[in-house]
Amino acid sequence: MAGLDGTGSDGRAARLGMVVSGSLSDGVEVKLDPGASIEDVRVGRYVTVEGDRMRFFGVVTDVSLGSTDPSLRLNPPDVSDPYIADVVSGTTAFGIVDVEPLLTLAADPGEAIDGPQPAKTVPTHFSPVSLASDRDVEIIFGTEDEGRFFIGNPLDMETRLCLDMEGLVQRSAGVFGKTGTGKTFLTRLLLIGVLQRGAAVNLVFDMQNEYGWKGFSENSREVKGLKQLFPSKVAVFSLDESSSRRRGLRPDYVVRIGYQEIEPEDIHVLRDLWDLSDIAVEAAFSLERRFGARRWLGEFLSLGRAEVLELSDQIGVNQSTLSALYNRLGRLRRFGFMDEESAHDSVRQILDYLNRGIHVVLEFGRYGSDVAAYVLVANLLTRRIHERYAQMAEAALSDGAEKPRPLLITIEEAHKYLNKGVAGHTIFGAIAREMRKHNVTLMVVDQRPSGIDDEVMSQLGTKVTCLLDNERDIDAVLTGVSGSRKLRGVLARLESKQQALVFGHALPMPVVVRTREYGTAESYRELGWADGDELKAQLERDVEELFGPTPG
Amino acid sequence: MEGRVLLQSEKRFGEVVDASTTGFSVQCYRLYDAPPVGSLVLCGEEGAVYGVVCQIENRSMDPARHPIPRGADEASEEAVYLSNPQLERLLCTELRCAVVGYREDGEIRRESSPLPPRIHSFVYLCDAPGLREFSGALDFLPTLIEARGVGVRDDVIAAFLRRASLAHEEPRQLLVDAGRELATLLGSDLPRLSGLLRRLAV
Repeated sequence: MAGLDGTGSDGRAARLGMVVSGSLSDGVEVKLDPGASIEDVRVGRYVTVEGDRMRFFGVVTDVSLGSTDPSLRLNPPDVSDPYIADVVSGTTAFGIVDVEPLLTLAADPGEAIDGPQPAKTVPTHFSPVSLASDRDVEIIFGTEDEGRFFIGNPLDMETRLCLDMEGLVQRSAGVFGKTGTGKTFLTRLLLIGVLQRGAAVNLVFDMQNEYGWKGFSENSREVKGLKQLFPSKVAVFSLDESSSRRRGLRPDYVVRIGYQEIEPEDIHVLRDLWDLSDIAVEAAFSLERRFGARRWLGEFLSLGRAEVLELSDQIGVNQSTLSALYNRLGRLRRFGFMDEESAHDSVRQILDYLNRGIHVVLEFGRYGSDVAAYVLVANLLTRRIHERYAQMAEAALSDGAEKPRPLLITIEEAHKYLNKGVAGHTIFGAIAREMRKHNVTLMVVDQRPSGIDDEVMSQLGTKVTCLLDNERDIDAVLTGVSGSRKLRGVLARLESKQQALVFGHALPMPVVVRTREYGTAESYRELGWADGDELKAQLERDVEELFGPTPG
Repeated sequence: MEGRVLLQSEKRFGEVVDASTTGFSVQCYRLYDAPPVGSLVLCGEEGAVYGVVCQIENRSMDPARHPIPRGADEASEEAVYLSNPQLERLLCTELRCAVVGYREDGEIRRESSPLPPRIHSFVYLCDAPGLREFSGALDFLPTLIEARGVGVRDDVIAAFLRRASLAHEEPRQLLVDAGRELATLLGSDLPRLSGLLRRLAV
């Protein structure tokens, strides 16, 4: 079909139709030319409209069928004759495409000095409309460069759609989607993007052990993790060394957490997960006052049942409440990474790596299936790291020291601990709200965004959304986004694999992408991965550069 | 004829005997020598006018003298004419054409002419190149579909378009283009449009 796949000699896509009516709030209506088939125009496709004085960049939001005469519906023409079918389609019966103008560009594609601006008007009547060319998309989203990372292609296009990684890490981000829609793949890509472009240093709380070392695709094909692709830039920490080793990985550091490091705030986060009452959580604070800051947990858990009852009288806490707390805290003994005796300095280790610009993936091994363990560790470590970052950022403000490297913390299953009741008490809630100033942002990966506190959701700058079909989840993701009514339609019609709607701070307009290929040897090479021999050669070159040529 | 050299093959077949800006009548030089309905003709020398043949009549030259049967004792129809050579002079063929364009400054304008052709203008039948040149653009269609008053019925339009299409390298493309143009023009008159398209589809 001439109008659609072919591009003109000047590189622009051929004409699709013309604007016949519309408004800024409802979008413009485009009547398709006889030569263009409506079946080739899909919702989500990009089009450009040549207005009188500027070019508009828009997206197809709806397609419909129209006719010049209402009686056509009652007396359809005899389309069994190919001639009549040819003549009637596109003339008396034609396609109508609704286009939402999103951005305006300078009329000449060569001079996009001010860059694309949000559309504040609509093109004039009968302006010609064509499918957006690769060049148009490049003008809008930029080309792959030092700051931009190729994440996929726009629907039905071969253009490389690039995301501004610095923009992504400036605010917190969210990756959402039903399970099995490719969240993990997308997240892995975004992490690689952040790593490659040096936009920030990553700290990933890897619940299912998918990011650091090997992961698996939907069809059980093994895919490489960050450490395999970028061995010198990524460190894998593990909470469960045996699990890591079983998967053929020698972790860079095995994280252990001492009882001494747990504070009553950490217990607060577990309130919902452990079904603790507010009074029980308060009791933890009383215990801290009684036994002292670093010793309360160890002391409390070393008590026998009878002593606990005795203690309840002394600190004025209801017996059943305190024994409930005792039972729940007893679960900590089951966590093999907990250490009753000594303190560990996992936080310093992590910070050390992060300060050197090495990305850290913390694998949870078998503890990943226990959300309580995940939340406890992630919250505890993040709180310490946050404190340090806040200090560094403040120091940078006061005496002009170097600002800390931007840090992107990735957390999963956020709806289980960033829900309304608890979000305010976790460090993640605080980071989402204000840590941007301290160069720390979150990447929330979740399948039930409706379960996440509104306040946290509203602070996410960039959202990447795979297919969602629950009304409340869609609402949660689109709350506060302009044009959300139209995005809803797009979101609900995403394919269940390899497609995502991306919108927010890091890009000028919402876009549906077919995610970039990941998992083939070719895709690894494109990401800059070198296989064994190349790596060895590179190593030798590096050694030579460092120490001079080896004699002999 | 300004700006245009007549080709040998463009055959002169009659003269204008009655004319207006929308239509004209032509009497043929020879009895029964009319081009069929739907043919494109050209008349006049200065400001040549294009017409489409929309009606043909064979009749007695003198309205007061009605023809009578003459072949009761003849073996064939042809023999009737051979036995009565005066018939060629007493009968005539006259055709009615709708004006669809004219030439001005060497350009074809596909609309009714500002002046009617003069009486006794010579009339020529356009051959394939002339037909191709005229039907190179479809601007004449509005004039043609509005020319019902001059006697242009839809089968005349269909006949003309089919003839014109044969003069082009891709006959079907011309018919499709013309069909689409008609669909736009007759968007609010679907019964007429489908009738026309059915005639064109055959």
